[in-house]
Amino acid sequence: MTATTTPARADRPAPASVRPRGGASKTKTGRRRSWTPFWLLLPSAVILIPLFGYPLYQLGLLSFLKFGQPQASAGEVAEFVGFDNYSTLLGDDQFWDVLFQTVVFAAACVVATLAVGAALAVLLTRVGKWSRLLLLFAALGAWAAPAMTGSTVWMFLFDTNLGLVNEVLGMQGHNWFYDKWSAFALVGVVVVWHSFPFVMISLYAGIESIPVSVLEAARLDGASTWTVFRHVMLPMLRPILTIVVIQSIIWDFKVFTQIYVMTGGGGIAGQNLVLNVYAYQKAFASSDYSLGAAIGVLMTLILLAVTIFYIRALRRSGEEL
Amino acid sequence: MSRRIANTTAIVIALLTVFPLYWMVLSAFKPDGEINSVDPRPWTWHPTLSNFRDAFGVSGFGGYFLNSLIVATVVVVLSGLVAFLAAVALTRFNFKFRTTILVMFLVAQMVPVEALTIPLFFLVRDIGSVAPQFGLSTLGSLMLVNLAFSLPFAIWMLRGFVKAIPESLEEAARIDGANRFTILWRILFPLVAPGLAATSVFSFITAWNDFVFAKTFILDTDHQTLPAALMVFFKPDENDWGGIMAASTLMTIPVLIFFVLVQRHLVSGLGGAVKD
Repeated sequence: MTATTTPARADRPAPASVRPRGGASKTKTGRRRSWTPFWLLLPSAVILIPLFGYPLYQLGLLSFLKFGQPQASAGEVAEFVGFDNYSTLLGDDQFWDVLFQTVVFAAACVVATLAVGAALAVLLTRVGKWSRLLLLFAALGAWAAPAMTGSTVWMFLFDTNLGLVNEVLGMQGHNWFYDKWSAFALVGVVVVWHSFPFVMISLYAGIESIPVSVLEAARLDGASTWTVFRHVMLPMLRPILTIVVIQSIIWDFKVFTQIYVMTGGGGIAGQNLVLNVYAYQKAFASSDYSLGAAIGVLMTLILLAVTIFYIRALRRSGEEL
Repeated sequence: MSRRIANTTAIVIALLTVFPLYWMVLSAFKPDGEINSVDPRPWTWHPTLSNFRDAFGVSGFGGYFLNSLIVATVVVVLSGLVAFLAAVALTRFNFKFRTTILVMFLVAQMVPVEALTIPLFFLVRDIGSVAPQFGLSTLGSLMLVNLAFSLPFAIWMLRGFVKAIPESLEEAARIDGANRFTILWRILFPLVAPGLAATSVFSFITAWNDFVFAKTFILDTDHQTLPAALMVFFKPDENDWGGIMAASTLMTIPVLIFFVLVQRHLVSGLGGAVKD
């Protein structure tokens, strides 16, 4: 935990997680120079190197080749084309549209998820036991629902002719997926529905773990509610907040199933494409595997930038690696 | 905000959140006539199992369900074991590339799975000519790739649980003459079981929800798993919503059971990943 939480530790009755860290015991184990850790890591390596590392390398390689249907099925030799795929991509207006859509869509989902999740976490601390249990279990249900079933049931609710929503609103015949932005909004609602429970439950657990005595002490010292929130609760919640924020960014940037299923593979004429779906469609629908790979590489690089930010944020919040 | 308003708000939001799931289950039990009418009532007087019967009988959902269950079970068990060993290595030992490996696991979580599906498709195709049970259209291929994609997060999360076990326990066991193997399986493994329960939810979800691998690698219908098989209900002209809702309900139940079983560990697991 962060240094700011040290006072909290002092007045808790020594929870299990408080233990001497980095001190004598660590150096002792550290000194045991042995092959044991490598044996323990071997099974992971056997799985991850061929099935994660190698494909990642192949993805990069593929993006520099000309690799289409003839190379994939007829065994023709792939030609090395350098940065051709990338220049094709960067010179294509559709790519920039999709990139823009991806960023706007992911950002909107992240903001909405965090706002809803945080507001409900605070709400949970102010309600009675039964309302709290009800909300927690409802959220658990939405969290547990597979992306696929979440997509199908929301599609049914918003179905043009048989959907409950159109019936209630008296809008029979209205197709919510026809318009680009209402389709995106609907997918966004489903994404938020699936992911706000993670934010809500994590933050609620975080708030609950702040000892009441710390808050009382601050109040006794004459701090206002806002000051308590700003200078006591927020610093203590920061590690959780960091993870929740970055995790949401990564998830929402990579949304696939909901978009693919709800908009039938990216919407009318590709109006609802995001980078992830775009890469997949280029590769498997248009058989342009190398262009799909190039999109994948660009997307990985964008997410890598986020990852670096994530690690730095973790470091700053005191998490040891 | 008064207590009463807070309670009411919480209850309303809970009902809204759970409503889509209620609607899914309700529609699964509705007779065809009610589903296809333009009078969608939030209840039914004539609950029927015909949607489920069709799903199993006509569309062969029993087989898909079993396929999903086999893949998810294998992935959960293997990823739990492998992640446990790795988590011990990364918390209990200090070695040269420890931090590098940890960072790599973290980075692995950020790679878009759908992009990696492109090279993985060719890899799986080529594996098939050497080891047919792991090639295209096999459950083996789905097990392998889902295992690989659930591992980094499982290791990362389990690390927090192993860290929380006092090292003095192992020291004591060592003094009592226990060897490494005994310490690993008789002492650490049982202690980390709640953590494994939490981690297994995420591995289960990875494998159970996987749509893109199943859609790409499984070219015949016999070996399809639930998420991709669900697409057979979508018709270009009119969707069979009763069937889709019955299949969706069936697909949600195992995850829901899993969640309720490990619900307490889940929260502490997230806490473990968050706190330290």
